[in-house]
Amino acid sequence: MTEAHVSCDVLVVGGGPAGLTAAQVACESGAKTILLDDNPAFGGQIWRGAKHFRFDNKVLDLISDQTAAQLGTTDEPARLRKMPGWRVVAAPRPGVATAESLSETNSIHFQKLILATGARERFLPFPGWTLPNVMGAGGLQAMVKSGLPIAGKRVVIAGTGPLLLAVAEYLKQCRADVRLIAEQASGSSLFRFGLSLTSHPAKLFQAAMLKARLLTVPYLTDCWVTRAEGKDTLERVCLRQESKSWQLECDYLATGFHLIPNTELAELMGCAIENGCVKVDEDQQTSVPNVYCAGEPTGIGGVEKSVVEGRIAGLAAAGLAQEARKYHAVWRHCARFAGRLNETFRLREELKALSTDETFVCRCEDVTLAQLRECSTWRAAKLHRRCGMGPCQGRICGPAVEFLFGWKPESVRPPVFPARVESLTQADVEEKSS
Amino acid sequence: MPMPETVSLRINGKELSVAPGTTVAAAILIAGHSAFRRSVAGTPRGPLCGMGICFECRVTVNGEPHARSCQIECMPGMEVRTGD
Ligand SMILES: Cc1cc2nc3c(=O)[nH]c(=O)nc-3n(C[C@H](O)[C@H](O)[C@H](O)COP(=O)(O)OP(=O)(O)OC[C@H]3O[C@@H](n4cnc5c(N)ncnc54)[C@H](O)[C@@H]3O)c2cc1C
Ligand code: FES
Repeated sequence: MTEAHVSCDVLVVGGGPAGLTAAQVACESGAKTILLDDNPAFGGQIWRGAKHFRFDNKVLDLISDQTAAQLGTTDEPARLRKMPGWRVVAAPRPGVATAESLSETNSIHFQKLILATGARERFLPFPGWTLPNVMGAGGLQAMVKSGLPIAGKRVVIAGTGPLLLAVAEYLKQCRADVRLIAEQASGSSLFRFGLSLTSHPAKLFQAAMLKARLLTVPYLTDCWVTRAEGKDTLERVCLRQESKSWQLECDYLATGFHLIPNTELAELMGCAIENGCVKVDEDQQTSVPNVYCAGEPTGIGGVEKSVVEGRIAGLAAAGLAQEARKYHAVWRHCARFAGRLNETFRLREELKALSTDETFVCRCEDVTLAQLRECSTWRAAKLHRRCGMGPCQGRICGPAVEFLFGWKPESVRPPVFPARVESLTQADVEEKSS
Repeated sequence: MPMPETVSLRINGKELSVAPGTTVAAAILIAGHSAFRRSVAGTPRGPLCGMGICFECRVTVNGEPHARSCQIECMPGMEVRTGD
């Protein structure tokens, strides 16, 4: 696989629930499809490494059977090409994406593009959040899934969102000593949310809450970490709930504040963004013709929403938009749940007051809160303090700065990830040849 | 099913055996190092996101600096150095 150009009818970027479903549907509908994901294994955030997941056997085949280059019978021409370990870094002109692996760069020519780039955790700064062993909630889970022994380790889980419960359950299964789940959302909004949960995606959430209780982990609402302390690594966290504050010794703090859609690639393609999400029509098509988007980038809504959007996008991209319409009712259902979810886990104002003058907000360039206060825009913070100019390109500090100061990060420039020079020159050649 | 073999690598010169599929980041934590690198201002840092976006888990792998250890699986004979 050393050729520099490959082509397909449908290119799917991202191999999570949305992308896997879209690729499956598109290639079953007769489209020559390429599915790529920047991880060595498909599955996305939730199915990665989850061999036992029962959802849709065909989708699961895609995950488990990574060496087979095609779906269907062997004498059929390969309509699905899977490219794990490849990341799209640039889009030099319409119909072309530049992708790179650890050692190679490819131009992929496509008729239709489906962006299923998922979401990442939102992190908020507080004193001590840069200490080693303070990790994201999904971050610690990923670390355990990739070999970190956690049995017997004392873990505090804090922040907001249903992910905290999922992570607690997972870590308990791995015999971690989960000491507390601190949820910043108010008990009353969670109670209202609970009452509104009568239908399918919601049931999963209820089940998670129930399990957390059965796992005998204390789950406190209106509660958050005010600081993390330790000499060179985490030793304890300070917590607050209403007027009460206390300390808890721990080995790991797993902290995340719900999720942020990965919209960078869509922005690079010129797709319109609305309220931080990629804007799509009922066929999941973005404002750019032939570019579709499915899953978390169109709005955080969990796995069911990602799957149904992947199905609609896959069908629409394969020219079967009419067929896709039968999934609209399910989609509306998932979207309503997503709306309530995001309302319930909205960040409270008090979290803005946690950082002190010395707290680093931008971890790549060590820009403190006091230094940011001297700036008036994101642009000024970048120019004068290099905020967001480090290797994460503002992915970590951007959402935090937006929450703290209300500054919107500027539009994305290629590459969307720090890319190799070779990839950029290839993107440049593609651009000039257009 | 045969027992999975282990993968041996060296972290800061010390030999360590881990299960196949273990990432370099997990191996470094298993070896007892929580500070993977020093920040611009010199403060110790370790992994945050676990998914390749924060760049806090950077270490030197086989002489190659700035490798994101959460995205790399341990390979036999790998030389890993932390603290840069
Ligand atoms: C860290 C984390 C942990 C989570 N854990 C759980 C959990 O335990 N349970 C649960 O119910 N939900 C969990 N979620 C929520 C989860 O996002 C959804 O349930 C579901 O995985 C969304 O599916 P998706 O296909 O939309 O996105 P994802 O599953 O996020 O898949 C997107 C994929 O696209 C890839 N990608 C992104 N950009 C590029 C690019 N430029 N080139 C190539 N590939 C790219 C990503 O690496 C990723 O594999 C988690 C979310 C996060 C961020
Ligand atoms: S932990 Fe964030 S990039 Fe590795």
